[in-house]
Amino acid sequence: MAIVAQSSKFGTYGRPVLAWAVGLLFFFPIFWMVLTSFKTDADAVKPEFLFFFTPTLENYLNMTENYDYWRFARNSVISAVSATVFTLFVSVPAAYAMAFNPSRATKDVLMWMLSTKMLPAAAVLYPMIFLAKGIGLYDTHILIITVLSLINLPIAIWMLFTYFKEIPKDIIEAGKMDGVNTWGEIKEILIPLAWGGIASTALLVFIFCWNEAYWTVRLTTIDAATLSKLIEGNRAPEGLFFGRLSAVSTAAVGPVVVLGWFCQKQLVQGLTFGAVK
Amino acid sequence: MGRIVLDKVTKSFGETQVIPPLDLTIENGEFTVFVGPSGCGKSTLLRMIAGLEDLTSGNILIDGEDATEVPPSKRGLAMVFQSYALYPHMTVRKNIGFPLRMEKMSQAEIDERVEAAAKSLNLVDYLDRKPGQLSGGQRQRVAIGRAIVRDPSAFLFDEPLSNLDAALRVGMRLEISEMHERMQTTMIYVTHDQVEAMTMADRIVVLQAGVIEQVGTPLELYHKPQNVFVAGFIGSPKMNIFSGPEAEKHGAATIGIRPEHTDVSMSEGTWKGTVGVAEHLGSDTFIHVHNTGLADMITVRISGDISVKHGDTIYLTPQAEQIHKFDAQGLRIE
Repeated sequence: MAIVAQSSKFGTYGRPVLAWAVGLLFFFPIFWMVLTSFKTDADAVKPEFLFFFTPTLENYLNMTENYDYWRFARNSVISAVSATVFTLFVSVPAAYAMAFNPSRATKDVLMWMLSTKMLPAAAVLYPMIFLAKGIGLYDTHILIITVLSLINLPIAIWMLFTYFKEIPKDIIEAGKMDGVNTWGEIKEILIPLAWGGIASTALLVFIFCWNEAYWTVRLTTIDAATLSKLIEGNRAPEGLFFGRLSAVSTAAVGPVVVLGWFCQKQLVQGLTFGAVK
Repeated sequence: MGRIVLDKVTKSFGETQVIPPLDLTIENGEFTVFVGPSGCGKSTLLRMIAGLEDLTSGNILIDGEDATEVPPSKRGLAMVFQSYALYPHMTVRKNIGFPLRMEKMSQAEIDERVEAAAKSLNLVDYLDRKPGQLSGGQRQRVAIGRAIVRDPSAFLFDEPLSNLDAALRVGMRLEISEMHERMQTTMIYVTHDQVEAMTMADRIVVLQAGVIEQVGTPLELYHKPQNVFVAGFIGSPKMNIFSGPEAEKHGAATIGIRPEHTDVSMSEGTWKGTVGVAEHLGSDTFIHVHNTGLADMITVRISGDISVKHGDTIYLTPQAEQIHKFDAQGLRIE
C-alpha cells in the first residue's frame, strides 16, 4: 500500500516538477538569447547585468535599418516554402509508389535514401560550389531550393512512407475497383486519409529548410542569402556583438517557433497518426 | 450479363506457383462459392478475376471478351472486401456514391441511385454518418451498397462475413442470398466456411493448394465427394474417414461415413467403442466414440436426445449405402 501511495505521489508532484525542470533546462538558452537581444552590446557581456538591465530596442532597430533584415527574411520564406512544396511534390508520389506497389528493390531504395543522410555534407562541399558556379547558379534561389529539397527528400519520403503504410491496402484496392486512376487515388483517398501525416511532414521539412545553415551560408553571398547567413554575417571579425547577434538570432528563429507553437496539435496528431481502420 | 471464363490461368509469386493451370466457367446469374482451407488460393483467384492481381499466364473472359489486361474498374465487376474497405473520411452517402462520381455521373442521378441502394439495405438513417460511427454489420451493408449502385455484371465477395459475430453472420448470409434471388446477378463468393458455402451456393468450387478438387452443387459435394479431401472438407461434423482392414472389407483403400449416417445401439452393432464426449444440442446429439480400432475418434450424430455418458460401451452400425469408398489415390470408387 505504502509503495502505491508513494508512487502516485510521485505521479502527482514529482513528474510535473521533473518535466518542468527538463523543459526549463532546454528552454534556458533561448530565454537567454531573447533576454540578451534587449541589451546593448556593452551590457551583454557584463555579468552584473545578467537579469537586471535597461532594456533597449536598439539592436532590433539596428538590424532592420542597417542589415536589411527583411530581405534575408524574404529569402528565407521563399526558399523554405518553395523547397517544402517541391519536396512534397516529389515525396508524396514516391512514398505512395513504395507503400502500395512495392517491388523487391523497395527496401533497398529506402535504405539507400537514408544512407545519403549519413554522408558528411563537408565531403561534397567543394564539388557543389564548383558545380554551382560552373552552371551559373551560385547564390540563386533555384540553387538553394534545389539543395534544400534534395537534403530533405529522404526524411520526407521515409516519414510519408510510414504514414501511407498505415492505410489498409484494401481501401486503395476498393478505389481501383471503383474506377479511380492513380492521381485520383492520391487525391481522393491518400491525401484525405494521410492528411495529418502529410501536414506534419510538411511542417518538419519547412522547419529543417528554415533552419538550414551549412549550405545556405556557403552557397550564397547576397541575392539568395537567408537568415542563417545574416546570423553568420554578424559574427564580426572584431569580436562578437552579443546583443546584436542575439537580436538577429531571435528574429530568425522567431517565425518558426511561432509556427511550431500554433501547429503543435497538428504535429502531435500527425506523429500519432494511424487510426483509419 | 456476367459469364466468366478462366482459361488456363496460373499465378506464381516469384518461384512459387500458387495456382497451377486452372480452367473454370462461371455461368451468368450463378452464385458460385470458392471454398477451401486458408492458403488454398481462393482469394488470389478472386483477385485475379477482379483485376487486382496480375495473371502469370492464361486468360480471363468476361461475357466472351478477353479481360485479362483490362483494368479492374473497366471489367464491370464490383467487389466487397473482408475488411469492408470503406473510405473512412467519407460519409455513407459519399461512400456509396463514390464509384458513380468516378464515372462522372450527374449529381441528381447519383443521389437517386444512392437513395435506392440505401433503402434496399436499410441504411437510410445512416447516410450522413461516417463508417467509424457504424457497427460491423452496417459497414458491411455500406460496402454492399457501394457494389450494388454500380449495377455490375458480377459481384465478387472476399470473405465478407468473417469479421462479423456468429448471429450477425447468419442474418447477413440470408440477406446476400435474398439479394441474389432478387437480382439474379452472377456472384462469386470466397469463404473458408463450408457452412456458408453449402447454404448459399448454386455451385461450389472446392480448392486446395490452388487446384480445383471438385465443382458441383452443394448436394453433389455432400453425396458424391470426388476425393478424400472434399469428403472431409464438406459436411459438419466432419465425415469419419479411415483406412486399413475395415476399408479393405469394402474393397477400398479408404472409406468414409458421415456422422449422421451411422446408427447407434447400446447392445449390438458392427463396431464397438466407448463414449468419449457426448454433445447435447437438443435437436441433435454428437457422440465422440473412442477405442473402435478404426480411427482415433469416430463422431456420430443422432437426431434428438439420447442418454449416454462418458465411458459407456456403444455399438455403431454404418448405413451400408452411405459408405463412401476411395482408392489408394484418394479418388472416389463408385
